[in-house]
Amino acid sequence: MANAPSKAAEGGRTKGLMGWIDDRFPLTQMWNEQWGKYYAPKNLNNWYYFGSLSLFVLVIQIVTGIFLTMNYKPAAAEAFGSVEYIMRDVEWGWLIRYLHSTGASAFFLVVYLHMFRAMLYGSYRKPRELLWIFGMVIYLVLMGEAFFGYLLPWGNMSYWGAQVIVSLFGTLPVIGSGLVEWIRGDFYISDITLNRFFALHVIALPLVLVFLVVAHLLALHEVGSNNPDGIEVKKNKGPDGHPVDSIPSHPYYSVKDLMGLAFFLILFLGVVFFAPAMGGLFLEPPNFEPANPMQTPAHIAPVWYFTPFYAMLRAVPAFMGTQVWGVLVMGGAIVLLFFLPWLDRSPVKSIRYRGPIYKVALALFVVDFIVLGYCGLKPAVEPFKTLSVIGTIYYFAFFLLMPWYTRIDSYKPEPQRVTYHAH
Amino acid sequence: MLTKKIVLLAALLAPGAALAASTAHLDDAGTDIHNSASLQRGARNFVEYCLGCHSAQYVRWNRIAADLGIAEDELEKHLMPAGAKPFDTLVSAMPAAQAKEWFGNAPPDLSLIARSRGNDYLYTFLRTFYADPARPTGVNNLVLPNTAMPHVLAGLQGVKAPKIELVTHNGKTEGHIAGLVEGTPGQLSEAEYDEFVRDTVNFLDYMGEPIKAKRQKMGVWVVLFLLVFWLLTYFLKKEYWKDVR
Repeated sequence: MANAPSKAAEGGRTKGLMGWIDDRFPLTQMWNEQWGKYYAPKNLNNWYYFGSLSLFVLVIQIVTGIFLTMNYKPAAAEAFGSVEYIMRDVEWGWLIRYLHSTGASAFFLVVYLHMFRAMLYGSYRKPRELLWIFGMVIYLVLMGEAFFGYLLPWGNMSYWGAQVIVSLFGTLPVIGSGLVEWIRGDFYISDITLNRFFALHVIALPLVLVFLVVAHLLALHEVGSNNPDGIEVKKNKGPDGHPVDSIPSHPYYSVKDLMGLAFFLILFLGVVFFAPAMGGLFLEPPNFEPANPMQTPAHIAPVWYFTPFYAMLRAVPAFMGTQVWGVLVMGGAIVLLFFLPWLDRSPVKSIRYRGPIYKVALALFVVDFIVLGYCGLKPAVEPFKTLSVIGTIYYFAFFLLMPWYTRIDSYKPEPQRVTYHAH
Repeated sequence: MLTKKIVLLAALLAPGAALAASTAHLDDAGTDIHNSASLQRGARNFVEYCLGCHSAQYVRWNRIAADLGIAEDELEKHLMPAGAKPFDTLVSAMPAAQAKEWFGNAPPDLSLIARSRGNDYLYTFLRTFYADPARPTGVNNLVLPNTAMPHVLAGLQGVKAPKIELVTHNGKTEGHIAGLVEGTPGQLSEAEYDEFVRDTVNFLDYMGEPIKAKRQKMGVWVVLFLLVFWLLTYFLKKEYWKDVR
């Protein structure tokens, strides 16, 4: 087009390879907007490593997942054996598999810590509501991804775990039994179920996940990062147009996140090389027996990252002839998290300036979540039954009463500038 | 249909009711995956006493030789059955269908038994057979009551006798096995037999995950490297952040 001026005519950069690309694709601009010249508050502390670590674990899962699919066979007759083939006969197959299985647990661990950081510093509050919702959808998709992936080794716990979770949909009135059949594609968990769970695990959900992560990052870089003081750094801009309390992500957060990554890798690879089964928590002993529809494992429990919700499911008794209430409570426990930005009515965002009520409530919430997770791993006997009931009640009270207790709670005035001590 | 599924769900949601697991105390197996002498003895024990009935369908003969430091000609001479190829897996000569008929239960594949049951379980199981004339095999087991497995190691261990204690509970007196005592003696002393079982369980542990010993050795170097790497990134970060005031 003759009348469309090139970037060179506008004084743009046209030198070298980057110039050639930039004239045709906004590569430098994207890098600068999303990271290079993305200004983040300078007071981000250790709680702020878990976002970049989640991204890193996602990459681990995708890369190791690709290599696993090269040798895995998604068929009931072959799946279990193909995993053992990967563990024994494929060069470095054991490492790829352990990276993937440990990666699943690591993913939930860093995501839980990432979410808790948001609760500490009110990162979900205006204007970051949509950022939080994108994150919650990521968490939801991640749960689906983990659930579908857990069936693939076709061990006995894989089989019965899937059986229990899929049966939950059967408790829904009217559509329940048809829905369960539709999910399984069969009258029981079978070869057909395994094959479709494989499709969902290796392409459908990862695709959605990657798309959502992009949306999550775009939303973050649009509104800007929150910080441990919970104040908006954009209110205080310098002559260069950037917030005075912010620094460009590159190189500052590039090198800081690299340090966080190195530390994470020590722990992560420590588990991979020395305790990949994590005493039965990451790889459960019954899952080293092939799926057996005729014999349930002695005790069926989901993997640790689902157990807080599993405990809530079991805490609710059946009445009116149906188990659906427990399923609704479990679903509600997750749905509630979506509404967090509107449940919190405190005039301040960060825990640093909140009053004692919220501090105690949040501390108890942490204890509650861990206790629920522990109960979910244990058989439904006393004292775990009672603890699960108390835990469930507290979990819901924490969220449902939040609009009141955060409003009556006292608070300290927020500072004008972020708290930062140069090292 | 719906009610049936709810009943199934209710059953699934009440674990503990499913399978009554034995609550017998398990002894510490004390195995060492890095002890190749013990693993070699364990391999010999396995071939001699287990392979008759049990397969290890995921384990290859030449992998064992390579990992345990057994020369391939020795492997063929002393361990492998006639006709087997070095890359074959450990397949029992006993046909599974007939085994089920003879024992009421096909002997399980032992490739992953150490990973699904644990070393302590296997170590205790193989040491707690006792005479029980009520069983078709003439023996019973403390860890796995009413096991279909006969006491194939009776020649070595002998056959222990149960020590019955009378316990009165709610006015009812019942016999209760308090432990095992010497019965028919075997070829090995108790300490020798424990060592025999320990070697065998060590080998079962190896078969569960052939890379285990190497993985742990490799892990030391991986973690040491990462510690150095972390230190470098720490100083890199410090250098850059000097400018941030």
